[in-house]
Amino acid sequence: MLEIKNLHVSIEEKKIIKGLDLSINKGEVHALMGPNGSGKSTLSYVLSGKDKYEINDGTIDYNGKNLLELDVDERANEGLFLAFQYPMEIPGVQTSFFLKTAINSKRKYLGQSEMDALEFAKLMKSKAEELNISTEMLKRDLNVNYSGGEKKKQEILQMSMLSPKMAILDETDSGLDIDALRIVSEGVNKLRNNENSFLVITHYQRLLNYIKPDFVHIIADGKIVKSGDYSLALELEEKGYEEISQTA
Amino acid sequence: MAATEQTIKQVNTLGSSDYKYGFSTEVDEIRPPKGLNEEIIKFISAQKDEPEWMLEWRLNAFKVFNKLPKPQWAKLNIPEIDYQDCYYYSIPKSLKDKPKSLDEIDPEILKTYEKLGIPLKEQKILSGIAVDAVFDSVSVATTYKKQLSDLGIVFCSISEAVKTHPELVKKYLGSVIPVSDHSFAALNSAVFTDGSFIYIPEGVRCPVELSTYFRINAMNTGQFERTLIIADKDSYVSYLEGCTAPMRDENQLHAANVELVALDNAEIKYSTVQNWYPGDKEGKGGIYNFVTKRGACRGKNSKISWTQVETGSAITWKYPSCILQGDNSKGEFYSVAITNNMQQADTGTKMIHIGKNTSSKIISKGISAGKANNTYRGLVNILSKAKNARNFTQCDSLLIGNQCGAHTVPYIESSNSDSMVEHEATTSKINEDQLFYCQQRGLNSEDAVGLIVNGFCKEVLQHLPMEFAVEAQKLVAISLEGSVG
Ligand SMILES: Nc1ncnc2c1ncn2[C@@H]1O[C@H](COP(=O)(O)OP(=O)(O)OP(=O)(O)O)[C@@H](O)[C@H]1O
Ligand SMILES: [Mg+2]
Repeated sequence: MLEIKNLHVSIEEKKIIKGLDLSINKGEVHALMGPNGSGKSTLSYVLSGKDKYEINDGTIDYNGKNLLELDVDERANEGLFLAFQYPMEIPGVQTSFFLKTAINSKRKYLGQSEMDALEFAKLMKSKAEELNISTEMLKRDLNVNYSGGEKKKQEILQMSMLSPKMAILDETDSGLDIDALRIVSEGVNKLRNNENSFLVITHYQRLLNYIKPDFVHIIADGKIVKSGDYSLALELEEKGYEEISQTA
Repeated sequence: MAATEQTIKQVNTLGSSDYKYGFSTEVDEIRPPKGLNEEIIKFISAQKDEPEWMLEWRLNAFKVFNKLPKPQWAKLNIPEIDYQDCYYYSIPKSLKDKPKSLDEIDPEILKTYEKLGIPLKEQKILSGIAVDAVFDSVSVATTYKKQLSDLGIVFCSISEAVKTHPELVKKYLGSVIPVSDHSFAALNSAVFTDGSFIYIPEGVRCPVELSTYFRINAMNTGQFERTLIIADKDSYVSYLEGCTAPMRDENQLHAANVELVALDNAEIKYSTVQNWYPGDKEGKGGIYNFVTKRGACRGKNSKISWTQVETGSAITWKYPSCILQGDNSKGEFYSVAITNNMQQADTGTKMIHIGKNTSSKIISKGISAGKANNTYRGLVNILSKAKNARNFTQCDSLLIGNQCGAHTVPYIESSNSDSMVEHEATTSKINEDQLFYCQQRGLNSEDAVGLIVNGFCKEVLQHLPMEFAVEAQKLVAISLEGSVG
């Protein structure tokens, strides 16, 4: 699915990712943990193609394609999804309209006809219900005056409606209350299958109780310093980054 | 027709095929020689079989025009206009002998309107919109006439109204925009060719949207639209005009005068979607759109609301205004003005508060891209008798790229201490992070810009009649194509 080799990235001359390797296969869930400022969000932006990042070295293969050559929207329409750590507000654009536009952009890219209004309404309603998002919410402008947690839930709604192949969740759990955390995790688990993959960025082992990862990686200063299975997250919880990084 | 073929060739080599409405129609035309003089005015008047008083009115306006200087206040770069190098009248030959029904209209012309998405064939008009279509200088067809006349509503071309309702035309024409107002107003009064006339009788709510569609087809032809709308006591009407023109290398002049009169408790809602050819990327060609639109809220509790979506034209110069004479009368101005490439727009409104408790609201959204310049120019004038007058103004500008400009020039003059005037203004660049967010959801960069800009304009677009809101949203996106990436 995704194969990152020897990735070096800088922004405004500042080196942020310094030789990162990561390989994610179909059907796998990988967790990425690491201290503040270690480069997790940067990695997620580079994968989704945000500009201003300079790729100094390395390759990224995505399903046999050179990911770095694709535009942001091409990557998205090829099934790459980023749930933002800080989702954007778009004033004047109704949430439901945004969802519809996103879905139809993808369908257009894939050479399919637009989803008809009724089918869309049904899909949106059922997905929103699963995530406990009210229909009133969907009539509001996208993310405008949403609470922090509501924004995160909105990201997951978009994800479940677009059913991506490769989803990156950047601290989706931060800001969610206990119930919302469970609901969002259930939403993610429902989407999991043998064909898609997840990269879950988090600071808290608690999320991984709900979304069981196949692999856990620890990133520090732009490199993956340790990888393991779920038990690594528990170990981290106990020892903290400092000690884990030293034993690496 | 050699000239037409030549134009088509020119247009093909222009490379600005992005303008969807840029085709021209091959029809034989009646066209007197170029030039502005008494002869041409007499010719126009004779072509229209106008009564003597109308011709007198025109000739007088021409005298006034010759004495007036060109208006200087806009922040525009307007090349010298050679009034003698312009045709003032052009009508397709087939329309000369006034077609009685749509079947008699040249199929080429009907096709033009179909391409524009405005079918004139009766069986296709189901959507509850009565359309008056103006092709160059004459009105092609007025649909829904019968249904409207049963209610006593008059909806016809101004030329026709001059003959059928002379008393109304005499009473109101030039009563809101005096001939001597400024030179374009005088020019229009002298040579106006066609436009709509609407009269809504006392107590009638017009059940359909009334709409006029203007199209400039002939080369080198100025279009001088004249529209007069009168809403009698306790009446209501919503009117929409749409405009397109084919792509031409040279500039064309459009100098319209629109007058609205609302009597006691009457309401007029006037919407414009202006999409004249803007010229190519280098600024060659395009329409000069010099428009005077003014509404008089003469009666108490009357209301006039202007909504405009201005995306076309090389130069736009217009200030739809309200004269709030009647006590408790209301004026509104909702505007979206988009300029891309080399376009220039100087637009805004004037709200003149005269009566007591009058209120006005101004919402202006200016979007600039490419090397374009966009100015909001507004005047809120509260006279001493206008006790308790209220105004709220909000002007927001959005910039796309680094080479465009946005300017806000609000004038406020208040001679009444009871009045309250609020003004808010913002200028911002399109947010890169919002664009990235939309693109991450699969929208290409142009769709992303279109979506964000439509969101920015929402407050204005939602005032358009429902049927046109979707079309306008598409237009907003189309007119910004090529502005990013
Ligand atoms: N535009 C920029 N200019 C300079 N430095 C930047 C820029 N963007 C990010 N950085 C720096 O890059 C480093 C990595 O940031 P990043 O957001 O990837 O961290 P993170 O691992 O996601 O942290 P957190 O856990 O707090 O979300 C930080 O030191 C940050 O300050
Ligand atoms: Mg981060």
